[in-house]
This record gives sequence, structure tokens and C-alpha cells, in this order.
Amino acid sequence: MKFNRRTFVATAGAVLAAPMVQAAAHGMPRVVVVGGGAGGATAARYIAKDSKGEIDVTLIEPSRTYYTCFFSNLYLGGFRELDSLAHTYGTLASEYGINVVHDYAVGVDRDAKTVTLASGASLPYDKLILSPGIDFVDGAVPGWDVSVQNKMPHAFKAGSQTELLKAQVMAMPEGGTFAMIAPPNPYRCPPGPYERVSMVAWQLKQTNPTAKILIVDPKEKFSKQGLFEEGWQKHYGGMIERIGPDFGGNNVSVDADAMTIDIDGSVENVDVCNVIPAMKAGHIAEVAGVTDGNWAPVNPTDMSSKADPDIYVLGDASQQGDMPKSGFSANSQAKVCANAIRGALTESRVFPAKYTNTCWSLIAVDDGVKVGASYEPTEEKIASVEGFVSQTGEDAALRKATYEESVGWYAGITADMFG
Amino acid sequence: MTARTASLTVALVAGFGLAGPAPADDIGDAARGEALFGLCKGCHQVGADASNRIGPILNNIFGRRAATVEGFRYSKAFDRAGSKGLEWHADTLHAFLESPRAIVPGTRMSFRGMDDAQERADLIAYLRTFSASPANYPESDPTARPTDHDLDPAILAIEGDAEYGAYLSSECTTCHQAKGGDEGIPSIVYWPEEDFVVAMHAYKTGSRTHPVMNMVAGRLGEEEIAALAAYFAAPDD
Repeated sequence: MKFNRRTFVATAGAVLAAPMVQAAAHGMPRVVVVGGGAGGATAARYIAKDSKGEIDVTLIEPSRTYYTCFFSNLYLGGFRELDSLAHTYGTLASEYGINVVHDYAVGVDRDAKTVTLASGASLPYDKLILSPGIDFVDGAVPGWDVSVQNKMPHAFKAGSQTELLKAQVMAMPEGGTFAMIAPPNPYRCPPGPYERVSMVAWQLKQTNPTAKILIVDPKEKFSKQGLFEEGWQKHYGGMIERIGPDFGGNNVSVDADAMTIDIDGSVENVDVCNVIPAMKAGHIAEVAGVTDGNWAPVNPTDMSSKADPDIYVLGDASQQGDMPKSGFSANSQAKVCANAIRGALTESRVFPAKYTNTCWSLIAVDDGVKVGASYEPTEEKIASVEGFVSQTGEDAALRKATYEESVGWYAGITADMFG
Repeated sequence: MTARTASLTVALVAGFGLAGPAPADDIGDAARGEALFGLCKGCHQVGADASNRIGPILNNIFGRRAATVEGFRYSKAFDRAGSKGLEWHADTLHAFLESPRAIVPGTRMSFRGMDDAQERADLIAYLRTFSASPANYPESDPTARPTDHDLDPAILAIEGDAEYGAYLSSECTTCHQAKGGDEGIPSIVYWPEEDFVVAMHAYKTGSRTHPVMNMVAGRLGEEEIAALAAYFAAPDD
């Protein structure tokens, strides 16, 4: 029926006089979405799909091909091809009628309610969704900035950086050292750095078994720590060493030309250095003036900005409370936001907000674990209300099923984002 | 109180008396809680430089078994409560702060208790800031109790509402593909409504186990399950 209705509208547009269609288009409420990831693509798709042509949706995303950050560690481990992480926006344009613009949003005029693009174009909006993901905090790791990201990749925005990091891992000398500078809280994908270590260890175990992995970590503890440490001991005994804040993990600088890292005054030579700096909301959120510190505070019931009721901030860039910064969270927030925006613009029914998150991580072949929770809006924040986490000592069949479930989830969420 | 809330209560409190746990719509204010912590400061410290004093350090209290702070000598009463399974969560802290001696008879803690539920919520919100944050450690202790949607009159009025089901289904389609497909996660489209309702209630009550599904179904009301069943029976309508 959704499909039929859309087909009907398209047919009507072709048959009826053009001026009438133009007039209808001008009177239509406009939503502009900045960022085509798990938050933005999902929100654009749900608004377009459920408004059945009553809302004009524009999606601004610089990349023609989007590589998901989630599952990119599995490419490092050799469990996925890079192409399997690539997605394009053609279906959102052709099946859902979304106006997909491949450009950078560089300005937001909140009084005039327009978004300016790098090309100079200006797009009017009634409601603006910002889902720009993350940027890195300047000077977070002394010696590192984006100008040296090819020598010391972050690979925390997927694509060429991920490919580069894998090439560096594969080119490591026998018995060499892979170092990771882990980020401070809060950051995108809490278990991500540690899944990455697992996947690099898996790769090195096959191709370079005497290599070492060194994690330099400013945090005392990390998500799923017990599960990861059990897995590292079991699969990669002796390969992985972690230096926490007690031993200087919070006092580190790097020299990209010399390929050295200085940990609390002690200098180490490394062969690959994956620097994951402290993070902040994607730049456009700051440009729009909706950030407070590093992140953009939002209202828990609908993800609208606390600074502007016509702007919504989704995913990693938002500061909402208890939800971790993850693709799953962004996708979940996008649907609540889409329902609220449709209600505001077309008086469709608005249902109560419910949020969910699950993060799967792969430790070794067929050894998957997960952590998840459900969340509800409160006056103060989005609050966690119930959760679960994989247990240490689980049997191999359960771990394999958990991994297979994550593969199914990947298919599900990417279909939910890109149609 | 539904069966689910009752079983949670039993699991969390394990035989101790219980005052009202903090529901999701009643989280306290940490700033007000900081001022109230003045009542506790004579004996307890919390924060980066805190140490055990007359009472134990209160960092990382959420999700911790009672009487397990290293280096603190507990009363026999508290040791016993800990070994019987008392854990600190929002609801057990509420009950304890309302009346410490009712929850741990024989505790050396001389504080008589805090009658005002809002003040307790504020203090708990303040203490929460010194425990692991769910945003950074998704596995850490929940900060609130789920709303019971069976009790929401607006939703009680809805019966097998496919439009509401379509909205709710967006939570399902993050994992279960909207167009069907069965790759590690089963297809849930075009099920007979009755089968759908039976399966979801089995997850809701826990007679079928899967951590994600138990969590998701656990917070769906009967009308919501009916709405989902109506939608998924004919998702193309």
C-alpha cells in the first residue's frame, strides 16, 4: 500500500498540469537532514516513508559511498570485505523521493531557517536534523592532528582510514609492535577500540604471530572489559599489553615522523600507531550554535536541541543521557525524532519515545559478545531502565550464535538506513 | 504492580523490604543532591580523592554487592546483608536511605533516614555521578525503572492499532529486516497475529529466553504487542 500510494503520487505528478504540482511542492513542509549515517539516513527515510509525500526531505551528505563504522573492525580482522561495508543513497532518492545532495553543510542561519552548503546554495527548512557524527578534539594527543593521520591513522571514521590501517597492519615487520592510543570518555562506540584490538590480534596471529599489541589507555576501565580480557587470554595469550592511567596511560604524546610514542616519559618505537583522540560533536553542530562544550544537549522526549526547538541532533553528536554513542543508538533516536517531526509538521500521531541499544563485538572467529539496554525519556535525560551483557565462560555455541545474530543485525540496520 | 515488576523486586531486593524505587519519570537532580550530601559527609566521602572514613567510600556504589568495599570493616549486620545478596541499585538505595535500620537491622550507620522521596532521588542522582555511566559503559547499572506501559491510559485505549504497531515496529526492524530475510536473525513478517502474540508474551514472561527479546518484550504492554501483531501480519497495508 505504501508502495502503491507512492506510485500513484508519481503517476499523478506526471499526468496533472505541472504548475499545480509546483504549487503543492512549495506549500509542503521541508525537513533538511545533515549527515547520512545511522542517525541521518534513518531519520530521512522514516520521515519520507511515513509522511507518504507530505513532507519534502533533503539529505545532505558529502560522501557518495558511505562506509559503516560499525563492522569496520571485522574488515581489519579479515571477516568482511571493505565493499560489504559500502552503501549508497540511490534507493533513498529513487524509492523514497528524498532529495540527496552530496555536499558539505557549512552554515546554519537559525533566524532565516536556512542551511548553507559549500557550493554556496542555501536550503530553507522548517525542521533541521543534524546528525554529523564526531570530530576530534584539537590537541587531545600532543603530536597528533589530522595532518599526520596517514602516518598514524584514527580509523574512527570508516573508509580510506580503515583501509590504510589494515594495509599498515599487513605490512608490519615480523615481531613488530601495533600501538593503540585509546580515547577518553565519552567517545563513539565504547567497546570499539577493544574489538579492534581483538581483530588486529586475530589478523596478526595468522600472519605475524610474534607481533605485539600495546594499548595506551587514559581510562581505568572499559566496556566489556572482563569479556575482552578473558578472550585475549584465551585466543592471543601474551600478545596484548594494556597500559592504564596508573602507569602513565593518560600522559602520552606521539611523534609521527619518528614513529615513537612517549608514555609518561618513556619512549617506545612502534610500527603501527592507531591514534583515537578525544572526540566532540561533528563541526556543523558547533557552527549551528547548538553545542554546550563538546556535545549538543537535546530534549529526551524527541531529540530536539535544547538551544533551538526547530533543530534536532541525533547520534554521536548529541548529549542525551545514558545511551552510548553507537550506530544502533543513533538509528533508535532517529525513529523517535522522525515520529515527532511528522507530528509537528503534518499532525500525524505522536507515540511515546522508546529507545534501545545493543553493541555486538567479535573477539575471535565465532566468538561474539554483546551488551544492550533499553532507555526511556525522563525530565533530566534519557535514562537506562534495563539491560543485559554476555557473561564470561559462555559456551562456544552461544558465542557463535551471538556472532551470527550480529551479522543479521548488520543486514537489518543497513536496510533500515538505506532502504 | 505487574508480575514483571514483582519478579524484579524479588530479584533485586532478595527478601528485604522495599520503598518506592525511582521510576523512569522521577530521576532526581544531582545538583540538589550534592547539597543534601552534606548530611552524609560527616562519615562518607565520594569523588576522586575519597577514602574510607567512619563509613565506606561511595564511589562506584551502583551495581555493587553490599559490604564489599576493600579495606573497610563492616558491621556483622552489613556483612550478612551482603552475603545474602543485597546489591546497591536505585531501588535498594531508595529503600535503604528511607530507613537504613529497616533494611539492614543492626547497621552501625546512625543516620535515621530520609522521608522525602524527592530528596532521596536527588541524593541518589548525585551518587550516581560517581559510578560508571551507562553512556560510557553500556553494561553498567540502569539509572531508572522502566515505565509500565500497561498502565498508560492513552495506550490502554488502543487495540491492535496497526498504525501504532508500525511505529513500534521500527524498534524491531533495526535487527529483523522489514522485508523479511533470515540471516542470523529470524524473519517476523506475515506471521499470523495469534502466533506473534503468543511468542511475544512468552518472551515477556521469560518462558522463552533470549536476552534482547526478553528486554524488548518485557517493556511492551499487551496493547502494544497486539498493535505489533496487527502491523506485522500485513506490513504492506
